[in-house]
Amino acid sequence: MLVIKNLHANVAGNEILRGISLTVGAGEVHAVMGPNGSGKSTLANVLAGREGYQVTEGAVLYQGKDLLKMPPEERAREGIFLAFQYPVEIPGVSTTYFLKAALNAVRKHRGLPELDAMDFLGLVKEKMRLVEMDQALMNRPVNEGFSGGEKKRNEILQMAMLDPKLAVLDETDSGLDIDALRIVAAGVNALRGPERAMIVITHYQRLLGYIVPDYVHVLSEGRIVKSGGKELALELEEKGYSWIEEQQPGA
Amino acid sequence: MDVIEAKKFYLARYADFERALATAAAPAAWGGAIRSGAISRFAAAGFPGVRDEEWKYTSIAPILDVPFNPARSLGDGLVRERLGQLDLGAPVENRLVFINGRLSSELSTAPRLPAGVEAGSLAAAMRRSDARVASHLARYANYDNQGFVALNTAFMEDGGFIFVPAGVVIEEPIHLVFVALSADGAGVCYPRNLIVLERGAEASVVETYLSLERSLHFTNGVTEAVVGENCRLEHIKIQRESEEAFHIGTLQVQMGRSSRFTSHSLALGGALTRNDIDVALEGEGGDCTLNGLYIAGGRQHIDNHTRIDHVKPHCASRELYKGVLGGRARGVFNGKIYVHKAAEKSDAKQTNKNLLLSEGAWVDTKPQLEIHNNDVKCSHGSTIGQVDQDALFYLRSRGIGRSAACALLTQGFAGDVVARLPDAAGRAAIEDRVRERLEAISGDNGAS
Repeated sequence: MLVIKNLHANVAGNEILRGISLTVGAGEVHAVMGPNGSGKSTLANVLAGREGYQVTEGAVLYQGKDLLKMPPEERAREGIFLAFQYPVEIPGVSTTYFLKAALNAVRKHRGLPELDAMDFLGLVKEKMRLVEMDQALMNRPVNEGFSGGEKKRNEILQMAMLDPKLAVLDETDSGLDIDALRIVAAGVNALRGPERAMIVITHYQRLLGYIVPDYVHVLSEGRIVKSGGKELALELEEKGYSWIEEQQPGA
Repeated sequence: MDVIEAKKFYLARYADFERALATAAAPAAWGGAIRSGAISRFAAAGFPGVRDEEWKYTSIAPILDVPFNPARSLGDGLVRERLGQLDLGAPVENRLVFINGRLSSELSTAPRLPAGVEAGSLAAAMRRSDARVASHLARYANYDNQGFVALNTAFMEDGGFIFVPAGVVIEEPIHLVFVALSADGAGVCYPRNLIVLERGAEASVVETYLSLERSLHFTNGVTEAVVGENCRLEHIKIQRESEEAFHIGTLQVQMGRSSRFTSHSLALGGALTRNDIDVALEGEGGDCTLNGLYIAGGRQHIDNHTRIDHVKPHCASRELYKGVLGGRARGVFNGKIYVHKAAEKSDAKQTNKNLLLSEGAWVDTKPQLEIHNNDVKCSHGSTIGQVDQDALFYLRSRGIGRSAACALLTQGFAGDVVARLPDAAGRAAIEDRVRERLEAISGDNGAS
């Protein structure tokens, strides 16, 4: 589904990604772990197409197409979803209006008819149950005045609504207490399926206790320095990131 | 025409107009003394220039370039045929429609109103020498050195006259709709409205300005409102004339003790639009709110000029104006709050926020406080910014295309001004107009 080859990327002239290669197949959940500054969020933003991230070398193929040539909205319509580490507040735009605009843009691209108000509300209600979200939030401006947990639940709600093929979760666990983490993880797990791939970016092993990955990759200084199964996350938790860094040649 | 030629031109038109008034059949053979006073003031003061501090950011040269003759009136049948399906933005059962500044009885339905309430044509009231008009008309909108107000006062023929006697509350808004249409060449009309609320009365009035077609015309309107003791007046002005039109409007409000006045001014149209709102808090405990939204694209120029005079103690004023400018449009906000010496415990807050959608768009913002009393609470602020890039990426990452995302963010920005409109004034329909306008200007990046 996704093939990343030797990806190099700069942010404000600094090279952050220094040759990442990663292949993700349908139905797989990959965890990308790494210390602060290792390039985890940069990878997520490059995949989603954020401006200001300059790819200097390498390629990303998504379902056989050149992902890097697509603007962000086209990536979303083609089935890529980024759950933001810091969801953005949008004053004056109601959550309902936003969700409906997004859903209909994606549906249109997929050759599906737009949902009418009744069907839309039915779908939202169903998906809100998944993340135990308060319906009152739907009439509020997007993320404005939401708690940290509500914002992250709203991300997973959007993911459930947009039905992506590849979801990238950027530190979805950050800033969550244990109850919110459990709810968010349950929502994500409910969306796992043989057709859907996920890249779960996290600093801590904690989240991976709830969302059990098929593969774990460790990112350090813009490269994947170690890959393994889910047990790699536990080993990292025990030994710390310094263990990986010590194993590097020249360290 | 330069200012001298233009002045001569308008004085000559006035001479024609005066001759016509002298004939018995003239629809507006009234107000002679007021007219002659106003035209002599115009003859002395002339048009404002950019060296005039109050007109610093707006050149009226494009208006003076066109020899505007007074717009002709049309017979009712012809009007109905021409108007076709034009959306007047007002309910059929409660509106007064003015075509080229004159009441169209065919298109108007006087609202069902409590006894003693008047909502009709100013011309009709003047023809019957209504004393309520005589005691208020042209007493507030100063034409001493305001050329456009002087011209309106000299040339006025018709407009809305709304009178609400003491203690009467009108729930439904009264709609005044002004439609400009071209009848042989570029025309000017001078709508004149008078709103008088006696002690304890409450009303809301919606003024809507429209063009029938994309043609060159000029509207120079004046509204005077007298808000008596303990009264409440809500005034809504929707300016959505065509992008070829010129519009200069003045709203003069006199507020009595413990009265409340709210203005919503939405400027969406016109090649050159200038809205002056002048509020005098002349009784203790008055409360004035001015909300404004201006949206301009292409080469539109919209100038908002407000002045709030805190004359008496314990008055409050709140002002929020927001502008969205795309293309090569220009916006102006010039708001003055003047706290007089006697106006202790004045509480004034003024905010102006602008969103620029293109490189070519421009705004001049000039919030001003002039305070002559130490015991007051006053603040003002203005901002100019672009669309938030993080928010734009967030929306695009959810599949919403760039221009739709921009339009959505812009609507969010404008939304809180529109949200302040009362439901009964047709907020939902106005929201649609605002959305259409924002979508229209969002795609224009100003490259020419």
